[in-house]
Amino acid sequence: MADVLQHAFNGLVNGSFYALLALGLAVIFGMLGVVNFAHGAFYMLGAFGAFVLLEEAGINFWVALLLMPLLLGVFGMALERLLVRRLVGLDPLYNFLLTFGLTLIFTDLLRMKYGVQPQQYPQPAGLDGTVDLGLFEYPAYQVFVLVFSVLVSLGAWLLLARTRVGMIVRAATERPELTRALGIDVGRWISPVFGFGIALAALSGVLAAPMRAVSPLMGADLIILVFAVVVIGGLGSIFGSVAAGFLIGMLQALGNVYVPGVATTSVFILMAVVLLWRPAGLFGREEAAA
Amino acid sequence: MRRHIVPAISVMTAVTLLAACGGAGGPSGGGGKISDDKIVLGVLNDQTGIYADLSGPNAVEAVKMAVEDFKAKHGDDAVSKNIEVVVADHQNKPEIANTKAQEMYDRQKADIILDVPTSSAALAVAGQAAAKKKLHINITAATTELTGAKCNKYTFHYAYDTYMLANGTGTTVTQAGAKSWYLVYPDYAFGQDMEKSFTNAVEEAGGKVVGKKSSEFPNTSGDFSSQLLQAPAAKPDVLGTMHAGGELVNLVKQYNQFQLKQKGVGLSVGLMFITDIHSAGPDALAGTKFTDAWYWNFDEQNRQWADKFKEKTGSRPSFAHAGNYSATMTYLEAVQAAGTDASDDVVKNLEGKEVNDFFLRNGKIRAEDHRVVHDVYLAEVKPKSQVTEDYDYEKIVTTIPADKAFKPVAESTCSMS
Repeated sequence: MADVLQHAFNGLVNGSFYALLALGLAVIFGMLGVVNFAHGAFYMLGAFGAFVLLEEAGINFWVALLLMPLLLGVFGMALERLLVRRLVGLDPLYNFLLTFGLTLIFTDLLRMKYGVQPQQYPQPAGLDGTVDLGLFEYPAYQVFVLVFSVLVSLGAWLLLARTRVGMIVRAATERPELTRALGIDVGRWISPVFGFGIALAALSGVLAAPMRAVSPLMGADLIILVFAVVVIGGLGSIFGSVAAGFLIGMLQALGNVYVPGVATTSVFILMAVVLLWRPAGLFGREEAAA
Repeated sequence: MRRHIVPAISVMTAVTLLAACGGAGGPSGGGGKISDDKIVLGVLNDQTGIYADLSGPNAVEAVKMAVEDFKAKHGDDAVSKNIEVVVADHQNKPEIANTKAQEMYDRQKADIILDVPTSSAALAVAGQAAAKKKLHINITAATTELTGAKCNKYTFHYAYDTYMLANGTGTTVTQAGAKSWYLVYPDYAFGQDMEKSFTNAVEEAGGKVVGKKSSEFPNTSGDFSSQLLQAPAAKPDVLGTMHAGGELVNLVKQYNQFQLKQKGVGLSVGLMFITDIHSAGPDALAGTKFTDAWYWNFDEQNRQWADKFKEKTGSRPSFAHAGNYSATMTYLEAVQAAGTDASDDVVKNLEGKEVNDFFLRNGKIRAEDHRVVHDVYLAEVKPKSQVTEDYDYEKIVTTIPADKAFKPVAESTCSMS
């Protein structure tokens, strides 16, 4: 029994990354209707940024955890103003292509400078031991990642559910035309929301640095999986993306142990089933016929 | 605008086509000794992906260094002064490797293709070599198939293979007292091959594989916790990982986080390049034993070449880089000795030849299966406190002599006809 719990716990830790990334994707998609393919690249930039800060300026993990989301969030806002905004009125494919192109540019720039071989990033001081969770011992850093991600997800939820800004964002996410019709200036919130989504990707990147190989290619594999998570959770559904993130992390971890060989495939099988059974995703609402 | 572009493109295409025809139809080698009046060396490898640092663009540099040194050595007596190096990226995909190899042999007139990491891609290139009757010297792929069931007259395997890795690491570590092994491996050709080779080596040395677990390839989530958590339950002395590159680094990070060493489970790595140690950090791997085909800081001779390499590229060479240099030199010397680049004559010269250079110590090109045997090394990763300069990560524990390091000819399934 302790075994099953331990594997489930593993899954939750993994799910933390899916949840944070999916949450960012979901708010961006909801607010702008943009499928941000560059999300994986921003995750990578977060991790790589932490590495560069440490290497070049001796800035430690904790500061990087604060600094990288801020920097990349602002960068994301600028990107929205300069590029993404111009394509929003067109077919969604244009922005998909734009963000895909950006991914290639970011990845290649870093590859030219640092190569593809992973870079070293140490565990943050104080979190390099294990903690006793009663039934089993677990690496302290992994526990921190899980707790921190849950707190960030809760924080994002409070922000969206309990503040006026959150109300506008939620309204604009679910019914943009209606919100505009009520005289609310949706436009001014678009950049900050885009930046917020990017900041979440950067944050999960920094969190990944001590436990994953930091390389320019690290986001490319993950992003496809996160897209599946978002689709399963329900495109644009904020709660759905977080819940699906943790759920799929667990499913994968248990799958890895008990049905090895199909753990990743099972995510896509689940996606296909969900699409057939509930096309709007597990937690998404069916669109009323427009 | 568009109207002008179309004719322009058509004209350019026509000109290119004509030029190509002209080239093919023109005189091919006045003296008839060197085809097309030049020797063309093709380097086909991963230029941008996961194996780009351990071979990639710097392997091309190593080949070019060999060409320069060859020209400098033979001067006016060189069999040809016109030696060209062409490069292509196979992205680690066998179907791309197959097409690129055809292109290199047919259109670019390559006399030989070098390097080719990724076993599946290497087997595709070996197939093309046999079909086109042109040479392929493989350096960076690991599969024993190249000199086993899939061997052919025009393919040579130069630096290492899965047998040599398993035999070196599996046998030595087991004999040193780690009797029970838990193997984790990526679920594709290379990983499965390594898993089998290691199981054989461990059992022959009197050890036992008490458990094994595969991981999906590629591992999209980068997570190895389920494999690492299941290992201690089987009470192994050592965890043997067959992962490579970024996946190896991921696994080592998590091995340390889950504190398997403290639980009495040591770590042993199937295939490791110096670039991997650099990525994981020496402390993360300190004490880990593995088999290395060549190490740059082994002695003065190696170091001299490594210094030249550093001048050109800014970094220290992996064994794949050194192997590419040595293979190029061996090939060019064979062409020099044969006086022609005609494949059959070059193969005849290479077969059974003994070669000694900074890479091949006690080297011999076996005629029976085209396996190039040479001394290899059992290495141990130093802790950071003992690292005195960049990339000074290894301590060589023992030298495994050439005749013991590779699969004996008697056990080979190769038949050359």
